[in-house]
Amino acid sequence: MKLFISAGLTALASFAVGLFFPWWSLAIAAFLVAFFSKRTSLESFLSGFLGVFLLWSIMAWSISSCNDHILAHRMSQVIIKNDSPLLLVLLTGLAGGLCSGLAAWCGTGFRRLFKED
Amino acid sequence: MRVISFFSSLVLTVGLVYVLDTRTVVPVPMGKLLSPQEGIWQNADDEQSSNNESVKMADLKGKTEVYFDDRMVPHIFSDNERDAYFVQGYLHARFRLWQMEFQTHFIAGRLSEIVGDKALELDRKHRRMGIVSSAEKTLEMWKEDAEVNEMCTAYTDGINAYIRSLPESKLPVEYKLLGYRPEAWTNLKSVLFFKAMTMDLAGGDNDFEQTNLLRILGEKDFRMLFPESPDSLSPIIPKGIAFNQSADIPTLPSDADSVYFHRRDSIWFTEQFKPDPDNGSNNWVVSGTKTLSGKPILCNDPHLGLTLPAIWFEVHIKTPTSNAYGVSFPGLPGVVIGFNDHIAFGFTNAGRDMKDYFEIRFKDESKSEYWFEGAWKKSELRIEQINIKGSKPFMDTVAYTVFGPVIYDQSFQDRLKQNKAYALSWIAHRPSNPMRMWYQLNRATNFDDYLRALEHFNEPSQNILFASKTNDIAVKQEGNFPLRWEGQGQFVMPGFDSSYMWKGYIPRQDNPFVFNPEQGYISSANQRPVDSTYPYFIPGNYDMYRGISINRRLSAMSNITPQDMMKLQNDNYDVFAEQLRPILSRFVERSMLSTEANAYLRKLEEWDLNRTADAVGPTIFDHWVDSLSKAVFSDELERNQLPTMSPKDYILAQYLIRDSTSFKFIDDIHTPEKETLSGLLITTLEKAALQLKNLEQDGRLSWGKFKNTTIYHLLRTSMLPFARAGLQTGGGENIINATKHNHGPSWKMVIHLTTPTEAWGIYPGGQDGNPGSRYYDNAAEDWAKGSYYKLWVMKPEERNDARIKAKMIFQR
Repeated sequence: MKLFISAGLTALASFAVGLFFPWWSLAIAAFLVAFFSKRTSLESFLSGFLGVFLLWSIMAWSISSCNDHILAHRMSQVIIKNDSPLLLVLLTGLAGGLCSGLAAWCGTGFRRLFKED
Repeated sequence: MRVISFFSSLVLTVGLVYVLDTRTVVPVPMGKLLSPQEGIWQNADDEQSSNNESVKMADLKGKTEVYFDDRMVPHIFSDNERDAYFVQGYLHARFRLWQMEFQTHFIAGRLSEIVGDKALELDRKHRRMGIVSSAEKTLEMWKEDAEVNEMCTAYTDGINAYIRSLPESKLPVEYKLLGYRPEAWTNLKSVLFFKAMTMDLAGGDNDFEQTNLLRILGEKDFRMLFPESPDSLSPIIPKGIAFNQSADIPTLPSDADSVYFHRRDSIWFTEQFKPDPDNGSNNWVVSGTKTLSGKPILCNDPHLGLTLPAIWFEVHIKTPTSNAYGVSFPGLPGVVIGFNDHIAFGFTNAGRDMKDYFEIRFKDESKSEYWFEGAWKKSELRIEQINIKGSKPFMDTVAYTVFGPVIYDQSFQDRLKQNKAYALSWIAHRPSNPMRMWYQLNRATNFDDYLRALEHFNEPSQNILFASKTNDIAVKQEGNFPLRWEGQGQFVMPGFDSSYMWKGYIPRQDNPFVFNPEQGYISSANQRPVDSTYPYFIPGNYDMYRGISINRRLSAMSNITPQDMMKLQNDNYDVFAEQLRPILSRFVERSMLSTEANAYLRKLEEWDLNRTADAVGPTIFDHWVDSLSKAVFSDELERNQLPTMSPKDYILAQYLIRDSTSFKFIDDIHTPEKETLSGLLITTLEKAALQLKNLEQDGRLSWGKFKNTTIYHLLRTSMLPFARAGLQTGGGENIINATKHNHGPSWKMVIHLTTPTEAWGIYPGGQDGNPGSRYYDNAAEDWAKGSYYKLWVMKPEERNDARIKAKMIFQR
């Protein structure tokens, strides 16, 4: 449960900073969420990953659905040489998720430099 | 331990962000590109949303309302002239920004900035052709014309207003994929776009090939294979109309025989990046005497390379002085081909030779002096800096002579030695103000207005077709044409003597022209405009068969309806095959053919001469005739391995029909025995049969499958997922429906000049350049089928019509 709360918080924070800053600001958001939470490194990575993986996948999928996947059909052939909107959505989630997961892990590591949890 | 663990995770995170944000490790920045908030997903247009927007801007004068119909065609209603073109610029940018910038970078020799050094040779050629310097001169001329300057400046302001309003996340996908940002638009870029059109339409010539051919064949055989006015010509100006000659033909230089016509020099290099020689068009108009309604019908289909985004953007612009509808060029303001409430106008390319080369001898490698009129003359050196993505800039020195810039020398296209070089005289170097013509054509109400508009059009020369609701029809081949002595400019000319230079233009009143001819119709299809009674020497790259087909059909028609005209634009009948096939049938010895060749021959004979997508006859015919043409000509033309070109199809047909057995080129000069036509037909059909068998095994024998009509994205094969491939179309070379693999009718238009005007049109593509939009290629399928859309000349009071899908308001 705690894991999902962290994931939700990461997603929310990532989305909010993404409105004003470049895409990689999500890493800072995930880092901060992890820094202020009491988690193990693994928990942090998983919640960070899950939060942005879901955020990016769901956003991409919903944008793409409203577009009848016209763009995704073409772009998936450009980027993954394969006509598959779903794969492109999953790749999107993976890219965001990995950054967020690593940054969250990093945030927990930073916390441990100061605090004994 | 904790410190090490933290720092390693930090390095990993920063490293991953770096990889996903830049192009240094992987070719595209995956994070940036795939972020749903700023990457490509932002280009996935919501199919349900509408563009109801209000744009407020201080540099607008009044109010403009724009209504988008169900094909995304904007209907622009503006209360003043300036704002109308501001809005047109804004909309062009909104739908086609990447394309506009890419095409102007292309012509300005700046593609290397975007795609890297693979475009360097192309960029160098465009720089060396002197395009930018001539665009700068042309811009000065546009500036002096108050209305044109206001129109172009408003257009530029509109584009820039859109660019400024564009957040990073909404940049067209091509910018995101290639990793750069749009720069500001300028009036110079509009001129550059216009020069790109000149490049396409008057940028071709074969002076080098012809120089070699003259040497190989001698003058008599050269004239035989490359005649000025061929027998079967069906000219634009009906035969029998008398021509004026109000200027004297310049005299032939006294040494032309020795230093020009009989020079013994050969040219060993082939020009790269020539425009497609098929760039051309059809247009025709029938007067009220031949139509069912009693009103004229004007038709036009310009044949250009087929691209996505398309070259055209459909638009309707209503201002206090104009109500014009048609297609526009993203890059230029106004309507380029179309109609208003009174008249309609269309264009085809004149195809005349507007480019000549002069052989220059530099004193040394510095290119600073060249031999001219018995002395060393200083050249002007212009340094071109070509910036290249991912490497250091390339500096190129271009020498300008009295003739024009030197394109080819020892540093460009490496076979030129001994300080030999070629300078270019090109009509595009001379300033011209075509925007004045379009500004006036958009507002023309009658024949006199049309003639006055044409006075401003210098290049690239066009057959400009006209029809009015008052039942006048006309065509004029308009432009500045060098006044030439017989033979001038067909071959490379000596560059040391001023008597070989262009000496003025043919007087404009002598340009080919016809007004309300008795026959009740006018057509042009890139053929030689006039028969041999025309007093001037007018070499060119002319077509033959489309003109014959159109005139043959139009002369036989009466009570014509717009639907008949659409059928004619889609006509697939092959006059070349009609002429040549009987000869092939008659002279081929069937008993000597293999079973397979015989089967293909039968299929060819059963063909109804229409190049429909499902016919196999055209594929068989083309393979056989290609092989035959090579067998007939290549032994002579290619004997010295010099770059040359083949005679046109109609030459083969003309001589095989006229002297089937005695045509001297039938003999293979490399063999001791004398070849016969029958013999050649057997070997060439057998050769073709082998290729045809392979095609048949691949299921590609039918014409549509073999031709495989494809509309490429402007980035060509490096962006195939953005292309529309495998369209099944009929037509082809020599056919009224000139649809080839990647070339053809880029806009098809039929205008019935009734009141109100009835109009139809279609182009292969869609209004929106965004590959994430339904309107990116929505018309491709209908275009391939030969269908049309009814064009809606919307009235302001129809603003609540169900066809309106979105609305924009522009005001201060």
